[in-house]
Amino acid sequence: MKGGHRLSKGGQIDRETRLRFRFDGQSYTGHAGDTLASALMANGVQVMGRSFKYHRPRGVVSAGVEEPNALVTLGTGGRADPNTRATVTELFDGLTAQSQNRWPSLRWDAMAVNDALAPFLTAGFYYKTFMWPAAFWEKLYEPAIRRAAGLGALSGQDDPDAYDRGFLHCDLLVIGAGPAGLAAALTAGRAGARVILADEDSRAGGRLNAEQEAIGQDSAADWAAEAWAELDSLPNVRLMRRSTVIGAWDHGIYGVLERVAEHATGPSAGTPRQILWRVYSQRAILCSGATERSIAFADNDRPGILQAGALRAYMNRWAAAPSDTIAVFTNNDDGHRTARDALAHGLNVAAVIDTRAEAPESADFRVIAGSEVCGSWGRRGLKGITYRKGRGTALRLECGALGVSGGWNPNVHLTCHHRGRPVWQEDIAAFVPAERGVPGLSVAGAAAGLFSTQAALSSGARAAAEALNDIGRPCQPAALPEAEDAPVNITPFWLVETPKTTWASARSRAWIDPQNDVTHKDIKQALQENFRSVEHLKRYTTLGMATDQGKIGNVLGLGVMAEVTGAPVPQTGTTIYRPPYTPVPIAAFAGRSARGDFRPTRRTPSHAWAEEQGAVFTEAGLWLRAQYFPQAGETTWRETVDREVLAVRAGVGICDVTTLGKIDVQGADAAEYLNQIYANGFAKLPVGKCRYGLMLREDGLMMDDGTAARLAEQHYVVTTTTANAGPVLRHMDFVRQCLMPSADVQIVSTTEVWAQVSIAGPNARALLSRIVDLDLSAQAFPFMACTETRLKNGVKARLFRISFSGELAFELAVPTRYGDALMRALMAEGADLGVTPYGTEALGVMRIEKGHVAGNELNGTTTALELGLGGMVSSKKDAIGRVLSQREGLVAEDGLRLVGLKPADGKDALPAGAHLFTRGTPADAEHDQGYITSACFSPVLGHPIALALLRNGRARHGEVIRVSSPLTGVESEADVVSPHFVDPEGGRQRG
Amino acid sequence: MIIPHPLLGPRDASEFTYLGDASLLARPDPSAEGALDAFHDYLHLRDNPAGQHRELWYHEQGDRSWLVVTRDTLSHEITAVELARDVALRESGS
Repeated sequence: MKGGHRLSKGGQIDRETRLRFRFDGQSYTGHAGDTLASALMANGVQVMGRSFKYHRPRGVVSAGVEEPNALVTLGTGGRADPNTRATVTELFDGLTAQSQNRWPSLRWDAMAVNDALAPFLTAGFYYKTFMWPAAFWEKLYEPAIRRAAGLGALSGQDDPDAYDRGFLHCDLLVIGAGPAGLAAALTAGRAGARVILADEDSRAGGRLNAEQEAIGQDSAADWAAEAWAELDSLPNVRLMRRSTVIGAWDHGIYGVLERVAEHATGPSAGTPRQILWRVYSQRAILCSGATERSIAFADNDRPGILQAGALRAYMNRWAAAPSDTIAVFTNNDDGHRTARDALAHGLNVAAVIDTRAEAPESADFRVIAGSEVCGSWGRRGLKGITYRKGRGTALRLECGALGVSGGWNPNVHLTCHHRGRPVWQEDIAAFVPAERGVPGLSVAGAAAGLFSTQAALSSGARAAAEALNDIGRPCQPAALPEAEDAPVNITPFWLVETPKTTWASARSRAWIDPQNDVTHKDIKQALQENFRSVEHLKRYTTLGMATDQGKIGNVLGLGVMAEVTGAPVPQTGTTIYRPPYTPVPIAAFAGRSARGDFRPTRRTPSHAWAEEQGAVFTEAGLWLRAQYFPQAGETTWRETVDREVLAVRAGVGICDVTTLGKIDVQGADAAEYLNQIYANGFAKLPVGKCRYGLMLREDGLMMDDGTAARLAEQHYVVTTTTANAGPVLRHMDFVRQCLMPSADVQIVSTTEVWAQVSIAGPNARALLSRIVDLDLSAQAFPFMACTETRLKNGVKARLFRISFSGELAFELAVPTRYGDALMRALMAEGADLGVTPYGTEALGVMRIEKGHVAGNELNGTTTALELGLGGMVSSKKDAIGRVLSQREGLVAEDGLRLVGLKPADGKDALPAGAHLFTRGTPADAEHDQGYITSACFSPVLGHPIALALLRNGRARHGEVIRVSSPLTGVESEADVVSPHFVDPEGGRQRG
Repeated sequence: MIIPHPLLGPRDASEFTYLGDASLLARPDPSAEGALDAFHDYLHLRDNPAGQHRELWYHEQGDRSWLVVTRDTLSHEITAVELARDVALRESGS
């Protein structure tokens, strides 16, 4: 017997074009039009992979996306793509592929020892076997199992290619360009509708390319090519080859993955490797065809055993045969086509073994009716099969390939994406799509259980006409030529029971899902252990998992389950499918949102200037902010931050605070509105003044804090924390539109409109007076004053006398485009004052020294009362959150209260996140007294300090408390003090 | 999903953020007797219907309108969309 080879004529390959490729280091040649699988077959390569669990040698079983065995790692380096199906990998010159899940080689795989251990590796073995000791699971058992079982591995290198996303709109999306899809697209395209026709293959036609049949006067494949050419000439039709519709989402939205440059060594410059399209459609038609299922028998996973239809596809489309002697095992008429085509290609047909006693006769080949294949032999590839009639003796039959047909499963996947459940149709022994599984999606051709070419053509044309009528574009189904119209003749047959008498029966296994090495024994065992629901069975046995997602095994598994339980298939259940239809690289979902473009980066107006100063930056939400400004000779960040803090407290410093959210509030009812969003009173705030504002959530917890400045009678500017700028605007819009719909108030975010700089320190007034033409004396412009003004050079500005650092401080805002110039001007004007730029780190130290709360304290679980701001919550008026802030649990006397901590020994660090315990009590949840929210080293005091939330903390100033942080290994003691470490009276900021 | 915005026409759902049950428009009277319980119910007790649901969506990546969307939670079919402000004005009787 001859092994795999190229047929001397036929096929849709270009024999003039020779393509060189490598598989596992070996060089081969193929032709344009080949897939990797067809080229390997033509080169006599039979073993293309090793199985998932038992490491059994495996050959190709399909000619499509359902392939469970021939999975390879395609490409090298950063472009290496594991688990690529060789059956749908177009051959190109220079293609490099590696087999997977084997060591040291595909031919000699040491892990094949697993197969000998098979009795211990059945369904759920790891739940039962590796029970003790528990700690061994994560450290030993699981890693070992994962090494021994599996598929390909990621390269761990950066993918050099770009991926993209796109958006398309159409009247009609046609999914699949087989006979039904082409007929649908011709109908809608000729009627002038906007049509998108997407097909996963490189060549349109679907099964028409795999069969020897005619449509009208043409061969089926030629008709498909002509139909495609006609559609290509229509300006209203968009043809998408190599484009898989991966899922059906709501309201006519479909995801389409287009492989732009998969069929080459790499994309050309400027081209993405793949594009994930989002298609918005009025209507869609699913013409996804059907997948042939197997019949389970002992050792049915031997290389050389494949789908009968796949065998035809290799012969007819790619002129490749796995052997010169083939046999067929079938329960339906379709299997006999394979024998007829094999004869036509000059191959030997050993026999067609048909489970039906009434199998059709043939004058050209031997038909063994009413018989079953019950085994196979051949060390690394098929050498022959055993078969028997009824309970008769098993007979041997030599063959190098076996085509198996257990019937066809419509590719219903997309119709399940809205949880539509397929329905069993008895006459074709298959699940067909549920009616209206996805609104706006109809189904035609084999996907609808209409298996003849004629039925596919007419149902596709009809579905398109109906869809267009639906959206008000009446048209008639396209006129189409005559085609093959054979009826479906099938008698369901799922599992061949191995003869009990043979020595091999105890060890023999019939594979249901070759991808996951699930055999009929696993299914029987799961049933014995009472996993009776299909969904449980799937999860217990892993049937239908991994890359093929049950395309090969699910329905067969269901049939076997029905047979074992004795219940009919429909009562046994059905399984549904989730998106994506075929695997999608994460990179395609990410598109351009990867690496530095994963999310936008917001830079402050002074970013370039800060870079020139050598600033170190930190992320604050999407913003990059200067964290500190190291100077020559400074060796640690602490050294820098201490210098910045001391410079501000003794002289003057400047800091870009643009990132704080700014919301402009205007209108006749603006005051009433602010009174509603802030828990403290705002009705009486005079023009030209700012006020600290406390914003609560409706549940009474702290939402945000900031200031509101009244610039004019009906004009306020509200600030938010950097992190909450978005959520606060959303909340304020909600209050305005939903709770105060008749109020005259308008709001808009002006965060990006104004650059804002804090000028802080005893010399702040001196510096500012050189820039601004304004009387800045304490009398003329006191603490919490605000005004609209101009700089000396005429640039308009806003000035606020507010302080986060606790020093005499101003915040000066200018239009964003002047932000950079303002920083440079302040640095130049303040040179003799020793003006010092400071970053977020120094800002944080100074606010902790002052006991001001920030994000660490506004953590979504705290109340105003806990943070020492309870007195600000006005009881004289309504405001968001006021009512629920009075809940019993939130006003308890002994609740958490903000306190300051300093190390009892004056030295120990107090890590944020450490928990607090009364001295002498154990450090456990029961004795927990609170936790540290913020901590730093205070350069002013010369020792570490912290802010903490401590149970009944206000009454505990002076107590020494235990600080415990097992996470950082800190165990120490601290004095409980007031949270206001520096200038508690606030004299400096009012100066 | 596609949300038919009353001012801007059909918009992709990814432009919106979701809040929840439109009953949040009916904020209780804070000065009434039993306000604490009323606010508790208002904030925390929601129906979770399998079927028609009136809910609040915010066109955050768009015109910042709050919308009341009537959506079937089983099929995601959207049967009505209104500006929340219009609904609030109507329901408050002003």
